[in-house]
Amino acid sequence: MANKVAIVLLVCIGLVMLVAISELPLYGSPDTPAQNEVAERYVHGTLGDTGALNMVAAIVIDYRAYDTLIETTVLFTAVIAVFMVLKKGSTGKGEQG
Amino acid sequence: MRDFVLKRMVALVLPFVTMLGLYVIFHGHLSPGGSFSGGIITGLSIIAFNLVFGTERGEEKISERLMALIESFGALWYGAMGLVGILRGASFLMNKGAGVPVGQPGSLYSGGLILLITLGVGLKVASTMVTLFLELMEEED
Amino acid sequence: MGEFGSRIVQNYPYVFALALFAIGVYTILTHSNLFKKVIGINIMEGSIYVLFIAAGNVRGGVAPVLDLANSDLVYVHPLPQALMLTGIVVSVSVTALSLALIMKLYRSYGTVDAREIARLTRLGNEVGADVTSGS
Repeated sequence: MANKVAIVLLVCIGLVMLVAISELPLYGSPDTPAQNEVAERYVHGTLGDTGALNMVAAIVIDYRAYDTLIETTVLFTAVIAVFMVLKKGSTGKGEQG
Repeated sequence: MRDFVLKRMVALVLPFVTMLGLYVIFHGHLSPGGSFSGGIITGLSIIAFNLVFGTERGEEKISERLMALIESFGALWYGAMGLVGILRGASFLMNKGAGVPVGQPGSLYSGGLILLITLGVGLKVASTMVTLFLELMEEED
Repeated sequence: MGEFGSRIVQNYPYVFALALFAIGVYTILTHSNLFKKVIGINIMEGSIYVLFIAAGNVRGGVAPVLDLANSDLVYVHPLPQALMLTGIVVSVSVTALSLALIMKLYRSYGTVDAREIARLTRLGNEVGADVTSGS
């Protein structure tokens, strides 16, 4: 019963999204709104501004270095949270009589 | 997970996987890859060693305390690299505007601070993978 | 109808991302095992990566690593790839924390079935339930 309701719901939402996909700019054409002056600045300015050849590494570490700094903090927080949740000596079977 | 064939094959393959991971980290500014993918490959090689040979032998090679130390050190290293910009008179986390020498494009020493930051983030991601695995693993013999 | 169909066929990566998203939602809604719900969340995140990175592609473009020999190559958009790296790290953190919470639930209730845990919670301190654990 729940499976059928889920399938009907997903088919309805999928049809609406298919109509939205047909309105999107065509995939792979060079005149989409995504290829604006931001891409030009990053592609042509990497060698002069940073001296690195990998554009993605230059973006992640040089142009947008603040994001990566907070990113490493997020990883650190996840590890600390896992440690705190799985502390030894907490819970077990309810054997208290 | 302690089969004979598995142990021999993993002992053959693991040095090359570690070398690939360290290569991807060190050449982060020259070839596709960078800090995150190289760190994950290096962490996975240590996890594979722990899975096949048992956590006792894994503890002898690379202990859990060392992994926790590397993880904290990686986050501090990034902050220290950002302070280099302040010490030279420009703003926080500046690479070329603070006068850091940018070598020849295409060689290993190009990019200024990018190589050092990539090293720090790569080691941090590797140690995160290993720490999460050792924490979630409950062994049954 | 022909125009609609041809545009959808040309936008095939977005249709693929939509199919992955639908599979992820279906997995979360129907399975009652908690581990399978976590896998469904991961599938949904994968579909978002495909959608964003495919939006920056150009036909005839190469990977965004500068080639000093050729000087008239068209590079794909490097920015969505950098943004999705952050997304992948967030996905790893969420998966790790949810797996740790599932382990804690298993130690308390003795099962990883969502309906079973709801039934045990409703019944109170029954077999295996240690609701007031006191950490």
